[in-house]
Amino acid sequence: MISVRNLSKSFGQKLAVDDISFEVKKGEVLGFLGPNGAGKSTTMRMVTGYLPPTSGEVFIDGINVAENSIGAKQKIGYLPEAAPLYSDMTVSSFLSFIAELRGKGKSDVEAAIDICFLGPVKRQSIDTLSKGYRHRTCLAQSILHDPEILVLDEPTDGLDPNQKQEVRNLIKRMGEDKAIIFSTHILEEVEAACTRAIIIDQGRVVADGAPNDLKAKASGSGSHTVKISGMAGSGIRSELSSISGVKMVREFASSESSFSGQVIPSKKINTNGESIFNLCKEKGLLLEELRVEEGRLDEVFREITKTDTEISERNVKEEDPEKVVQD
Amino acid sequence: MSALKNIWIVYNRELKAQFNSMLAYVFIVIFVLLSMSLTFLLDDFFAPNAQDASLEFSFFRWPMWLLMFLAPAVGMRLWAEEQRTGTIELLLTMPLAVWHAIVGKYLAALSVITIAILFTFPIVITVAYLGDPDNGTVWGGYLACIFYGGGALAITCAVSALTRSSVACLIIALALCFGQLLIAIPPVLEYAADNWGGRVADVLGSLGTWAHYTEMKRGVISFANVVFYLSMIGFCLFLTSVVIKSKRS
Ligand SMILES: Nc1ncnc2c1ncn2[C@@H]1O[C@H](COP(=O)(O)OP(=O)(O)OP(=O)(O)O)[C@@H](O)[C@H]1O
Ligand SMILES: [Mg+2]
Repeated sequence: MISVRNLSKSFGQKLAVDDISFEVKKGEVLGFLGPNGAGKSTTMRMVTGYLPPTSGEVFIDGINVAENSIGAKQKIGYLPEAAPLYSDMTVSSFLSFIAELRGKGKSDVEAAIDICFLGPVKRQSIDTLSKGYRHRTCLAQSILHDPEILVLDEPTDGLDPNQKQEVRNLIKRMGEDKAIIFSTHILEEVEAACTRAIIIDQGRVVADGAPNDLKAKASGSGSHTVKISGMAGSGIRSELSSISGVKMVREFASSESSFSGQVIPSKKINTNGESIFNLCKEKGLLLEELRVEEGRLDEVFREITKTDTEISERNVKEEDPEKVVQD
Repeated sequence: MSALKNIWIVYNRELKAQFNSMLAYVFIVIFVLLSMSLTFLLDDFFAPNAQDASLEFSFFRWPMWLLMFLAPAVGMRLWAEEQRTGTIELLLTMPLAVWHAIVGKYLAALSVITIAILFTFPIVITVAYLGDPDNGTVWGGYLACIFYGGGALAITCAVSALTRSSVACLIIALALCFGQLLIAIPPVLEYAADNWGGRVADVLGSLGTWAHYTEMKRGVISFANVVFYLSMIGFCLFLTSVVIKSKRS
């Protein structure tokens, strides 16, 4: 449905989007992640035909946006980043204006008002709306014509927690029979609503995959957090380190009779749980806690989008010999 | 067909926006009051030896100067405001061509100016009561005003696409309209003819608005005048679309 090929955009000297390609099929919800200024909004503006690309092409349902932008725009619903609105209009007159341009009628306006919970403010002038309601009005505008393709730039920005949840559910529900791209800085949102996520940094795609696959890339992923008692902490630590498949053991706390820390596997697969359990059974130790770390998306995000110097600083710290026993 | 429909939808919204902001009322009232006071007070309108209550000399002399302010004031927000608030992103991702939006907005502003011009009819009634004005002059004068206002508005429209600031647009558009008038007033043309040759003077005279306006207000609606205004409007609106497109690339 959405096919982006080698898309680039430069503003003068600055390359904001650098050779991005991806596809979104019907039934897919694609989450766009990336630090501020990564080029998310710029990419979305090119997908919706607002900005012409410097190079590359966008196809919407087979239509080349550069050649038939009106045809493409008919199929797209777009929520721009700042949720711009004509502030001199009321909510319902604004939505009616959009409906007219989209060739839709009163019933579609009413439906959009219901879906976005705008009933209480529909006769209110937009310049007196609160930020969340403004955002919802603009969201209503984007879904009013029941488009096949939705491009939502930070759709939950400025919403209260209940509304955030509603919008996530809405995206998820609509995603079943539409192709959706949405950007966000809230990583739980990606896990909650996306079937796929792309991380963009400095105009380039640096990661692309299902949220779970991305999470597995976190350095903490697959490690075990343990708390064991019944022996001196240093002893437990060396026993744990000697398990095959364990890369290193990080210590949180250690005492005369207990140890707590993290067991990091040499490969990113969690096969050490059983070994740890067996070890405790053999030595007669008490396994008070055993938890598998799933790997967190924000960890992946930080690792991927951090500058090189920051990452190497972090690695040095991790290999601090005081705290870590190498295998 | 869909072009007309789109233009109509944009026109409607823009016209409502003009009147919602109250500014349109203010501009119309100021324009009408100034037209009347300048005509009746400044021009010895009621003096016994006035030129037999002819509208051409006493009334239609002023609107050109007033329109030079009114058109930029009405048109300054057309695109500057869209760009300042970001609604341009919304408008240009709707399924309509850029020129539909440009024409719709332009016509809405032109309607405001036309309404302002037509509200000066009490002056005409007064003249008709006091004397016997030539109908041709009255119509010619009104047409001259609308064409002149339309031209000034088209310039404003193009300037408005260049900036996010309405005030900057107002000042620049005013300066341009003034300049366009100035290059074709008789003293300038004489100077040009003496110093740079007759051809330069001819070009200045036909590009400037002075002669076109003064001919028309006398009731001379020549083909050349109409073509002048229409091509100026067309050119400026085309320029607007070029500016809007090039700003994004
Ligand atoms: N019109 C413009 N002119 C010049 N530079 C621009 C323009 N629009 C965007 N940029 C630059 O392009 C880069 C990408 O901007 P973009 O808005 O796409 O980032 P983003 O990923 O959406 O960031 P955020 O998370 O803050 O919304 C930024 O460095 C920005 O300064
Ligand atoms: Mg953005």
